Amino acid sequence: MPRNRAARTGVTAFDRRERSAAWMLCTPTALLMLALLILPTLAVLALSFTDAELGVREFAFLGLDAYRDLFTDRAFLGAFRNTAVYVALVAPASVILGLILAMMIEAEVRGRAFFRSVYFLPVVSLTVAMASVWQYLMHPSFGPMNLVLKALGLPSVNWLGSSDNVLIALALIGIWQAVGFNLVLFLAGLTAINRDLYAAAETDGVRSAWSRFWTVTWPMLGPTTLFVVTITMINAVKVFEAVATLTQGGPSKASEVLLYTIYKEGFVYLHIGVASAMAIVFVGVLLVLLLIQTKVLEKQVHYS
Amino acid sequence: MTSPTLSFARLLRLGLLALGAAIIVFPYVFMLSASLKPPEDVFSASLSLWPQHLAAYENFTKALTRIPMLRILFNGALVCVVIVVFQIVFALPAAYALAKLNFPGRGLLFGLVMLGLLVPIHAISIPLYAAAQISSLLNTLAVLIIPFTLSVFAMFLFRQFIKAMPDELIHAARMDGLSETAIVWRIILPNAWPAASAFAIFSVVAHWNDLYWPLITISKTQLATPPLGLLFFRSAEVGDDYGALMAATLIVTLPLILFFLFAQRLFIEGVTMTGLKG
Repeated sequence: MPRNRAARTGVTAFDRRERSAAWMLCTPTALLMLALLILPTLAVLALSFTDAELGVREFAFLGLDAYRDLFTDRAFLGAFRNTAVYVALVAPASVILGLILAMMIEAEVRGRAFFRSVYFLPVVSLTVAMASVWQYLMHPSFGPMNLVLKALGLPSVNWLGSSDNVLIALALIGIWQAVGFNLVLFLAGLTAINRDLYAAAETDGVRSAWSRFWTVTWPMLGPTTLFVVTITMINAVKVFEAVATLTQGGPSKASEVLLYTIYKEGFVYLHIGVASAMAIVFVGVLLVLLLIQTKVLEKQVHYS
Repeated sequence: MTSPTLSFARLLRLGLLALGAAIIVFPYVFMLSASLKPPEDVFSASLSLWPQHLAAYENFTKALTRIPMLRILFNGALVCVVIVVFQIVFALPAAYALAKLNFPGRGLLFGLVMLGLLVPIHAISIPLYAAAQISSLLNTLAVLIIPFTLSVFAMFLFRQFIKAMPDELIHAARMDGLSETAIVWRIILPNAWPAASAFAIFSVVAHWNDLYWPLITISKTQLATPPLGLLFFRSAEVGDDYGALMAATLIVTLPLILFFLFAQRLFIEGVTMTGLKG
């Protein structure tokens, strides 16, 4: 086998060729990554320890005090709390509704594609546009939502104009937009479940739909559910468009959320030091969410 | 489980599904209805969907002329398409190298990709803005594109996809005398098409929707993308002219919805593969 021998003796030459080819393929991307991702991230990290302001030449190095200041800043803590409330409203509701609807659609013979498309519409609709539509729907005096409530004999609600309701109103919009997305992910998870498992459960005496769900569907859907929960939470933490369009953080800062506060500190007040520290905390929140996901995934029992 | 007869359970299920669908469609119905109505009809606080006086022409004229609407839609489409092309051009070769080639620095590069997945544009917008300002790129279409030409998510997604491809495919191509670059574009790309199209859908939806970066870098209406253009339209409007606003929202929402209705399978597969906006 002369060819084989040639290949064996040429191993190092081949390795060298492979290595240079790989570097050639990676270099443009790596340089771009350095410029657009790594250096900016390091810059934000560095800025976060200062009190730098855009257009002001001098600034002081605060070190970790910058973060201590941040966590005693009432405005920032308010934004943190509002974001947490928003996530706590949107994530469970949109995940549970998505799961229930996906199971109902999965059980239907006809109309599957129709329902899936209808529920998916909000995902492909421009958020700023649909937020404007919701503003009209939620208008206190002539908005259709209050007109419907009035027709039902219920008191009207000041949706976006009251600091008590504004997060709930924004969460309703967020849920409306996220349900179809979660539903599609759950549908994919449901179709992947082996039909034989249901038959096996039936011979083992699992009869009702309720126990079928808890013995087969729920455990098999575990990884999907975890993925949907994490991604919904991450998307909810990033809420920005609806706030920027409808409330600008108001009334009386009741809808100040993390991203909107970072935007305002950085690009309206030009406090780039503070905004950078907030951005680092924001990335920290995303990191925690992803770490929880991987931790749970490690513990997860795999049935497949 | 799926008996075709109309049992009580099935009727209940269909009823609930229809109710949910009605709630989802509710905003679209009123958007369409209000876009046809003159202000008096909107303010009249009636739930009737058909206007007493049809004002569709006035509303849509306002929506198309208050802001350079067609230009804005064109900006949005152009930015999205150019971004996707660059993202794939930069991500695919590196993803191939990460998946199939041995080289020192591979672990480091992949580690950076994983870390990069954590950092959204919002977090690094300050230095990127400063860089754009220094290079006088503010208020250009280029600034809307450049920061997104690199997608670590695309690199990650393609790397996973290419890793699952058989090595024989690549060996055969090398036997035929193809260079590594040729392998990327003539062998890997056609075979990675499902991942590429899924990623393209993800990317277009994300950038068509994005308000944060355009809001920071663009102040000229001519250069706005649809979300920012709509904000400009809102601030140009005096009072609550919801008819015109709904006409404008309808115009900017329609393109992607039509795209979705014509390419539903692509969208659904795209979402399941990428978990959209990851």
